[in-house]
Amino acid sequence: MRIELEARGQPSVLMTWLSPVIAILLTLLFGVLMFVLMGQDPINALYIYFVQPLTSAYQIQELIVIATPLILIGIGLSICFLSNNWNIGAEGQFVMGGVAGSWVALTFHGVDGWWILPLMMVAGIIGGLLWALIPAFFKARYNTNEILTSLMLTYVALQFLDYLARGPFRDPDGFNFPESKIFSPSATMPLLSDGGRMHLGAIFAVVAAIVIAIMLWRTIKGFEVKISGEAPRAARFAGFNEKSMIYFSFLLSGSLAGLAGISEVAGPIGQVLPVISPGYGFTAIIVAFLGRLNPIGVIFAGLLLALTYIGGENAQIMLQIPDDATSVFQGILLFLILACDTLVRYKVKITGFSSRQTTGGEG
Amino acid sequence: METFIAILLTIVSASTPLLIAAMGELVVERSGVLNLGIEGMMIIGAACGFAGAVMSGSVFIGFLIGIIGGAILSYFFAILVLNFATNQVATGLALTLAGLGISGLIGKPFAGITIQREPIEFLSFVNDIPVVGPMLNGIDAIAYFGFALLLAVAWFLNRTRAGLILRAVGDNPVSAHTLGYNVLRVRLYAILFGGACAGLAGAYLSLYYTPFWAREMTAGRGWIALALVVFASWLPYRLLIGAYLFGAVTILQFHAQGAQINIPQQFMASLPYLATIIVLIAISAKQTGRAIHTPASLGRIFVPDR
Repeated sequence: MRIELEARGQPSVLMTWLSPVIAILLTLLFGVLMFVLMGQDPINALYIYFVQPLTSAYQIQELIVIATPLILIGIGLSICFLSNNWNIGAEGQFVMGGVAGSWVALTFHGVDGWWILPLMMVAGIIGGLLWALIPAFFKARYNTNEILTSLMLTYVALQFLDYLARGPFRDPDGFNFPESKIFSPSATMPLLSDGGRMHLGAIFAVVAAIVIAIMLWRTIKGFEVKISGEAPRAARFAGFNEKSMIYFSFLLSGSLAGLAGISEVAGPIGQVLPVISPGYGFTAIIVAFLGRLNPIGVIFAGLLLALTYIGGENAQIMLQIPDDATSVFQGILLFLILACDTLVRYKVKITGFSSRQTTGGEG
Repeated sequence: METFIAILLTIVSASTPLLIAAMGELVVERSGVLNLGIEGMMIIGAACGFAGAVMSGSVFIGFLIGIIGGAILSYFFAILVLNFATNQVATGLALTLAGLGISGLIGKPFAGITIQREPIEFLSFVNDIPVVGPMLNGIDAIAYFGFALLLAVAWFLNRTRAGLILRAVGDNPVSAHTLGYNVLRVRLYAILFGGACAGLAGAYLSLYYTPFWAREMTAGRGWIALALVVFASWLPYRLLIGAYLFGAVTILQFHAQGAQINIPQQFMASLPYLATIIVLIAISAKQTGRAIHTPASLGRIFVPDR
């Protein structure tokens, strides 16, 4: 059996929206297989994973709490990936945003004032932005591979946070636990409703999605983003500056990741811990692709990936399924989205063994 | 003297997995494919290798299963990238994410078990030679295998017809296709070789270097291996220098921690990553444009038009 691809003249619009649906269905099918292999009742396991979290008001709020950072980061990454800039270090930018904002919160600990929280947000944005500036600068200046530099910086950021939580940021009255003081109320994200942890960050995420969507579809800048990814040569002839696009996409995604980071620390966490993210910066890569690199699509994708986190936690408690199953789901989902996206650009033909024998190179 | 030899030996064993994984990737990239999934394939190799060794009771079988595990994961990458013409960067990332998750599931039942670190030394007869003897004898079999593999890869790429075809496919797949070579098949073999190497490197970590299984125990080594290929500007012998440089940084970091130097251990732990960044920047600053040995079609999709 051989698979042959035949290019379509135009990308298929139908397939653009159908391919994530097919990918999700195939992932569920894979889930059935995985649960059977683990000796679980697959229907029950899938129910606990994907349906049960939607049956209680508290868990729906939790869903939004987890989707918030995924959406914020995913929007920025969409702009990066569209313009062919591979920022893989959003996790590090998230952490540095959290660190910078927490520094403000701890500096003004016990001080009351409306200005503290906005100042923390600004600090968080700057923290993420500066961390993203490093790979952007070296890519623009020396063409240094941004995938590797941004990723390596993530490891550095994780170590830095660990150092702060166990050192300078540690609560002196905390019996040597590696955690900071609990942020004072004026340094904590306001909750959006009772009976849950949904916070102001959710509004940030929706506003960011709308603003970036308008930028992408209604402004020259948005055109520049799309053209520099699809046809870099054409972009150059149009007079668009490649370097300024590197900075634009990196700084935008770094800022959003930083904002997500401080929103998380000042929101559901409420203090500095040695670890503040279960890999949101990496999961957001999947969110961006599942959302078609489209800010509005990213909202739905973020909610779906958030569901895998909550479902995974429930499955761990109720069925003793290891939480690694969640990362397997997420990784397989990205795999299948990418495979299904081939349907957008190509017609896939599966031919039998009888098809033309290829002349292989010897050796 | 004893401690000096001991330190040198630890540098060898810290460098070996980097060398082997990077060598696999070098061959993959020379065929024009960028596989960012080394980290995922390595961790699968570590999990499969450890599980295989515990269940079979044989470290040798463990290594084999680690190699097979890495190769199987890379096969999925190959199907997507070659047959479905997907974006290589995104697919490689998916491979890493999936690999980290799957390895967690495989390794779960084996967490907390330690295995006997079998002395895979085999040159005991040289032990009598002063200084060099204990050194040569102390180097483990996989490290020697890594050196042999390096020679083999260098010979293959530069001196054989198949190596020439592989490089042609990486530089100009369209011409290679026109000449009648099966570009996708050549790339498939290269990707499988890369997966096997990453699997072996991962198995080395869990079976010899630590030797136990822990989640995410590769700790970015797969990414460092990727950087090493850039560092070596796609030339096999330079990989050796790069791998030992990074191995040395890793080990010095450990010893600095042990020596009670008054630097926070997190800063020391960041050193290999910072070193990678600095090296990448230095190399890219030195060269204008693409290096001569960069495969000309690296990372580009090729769809044969029958």
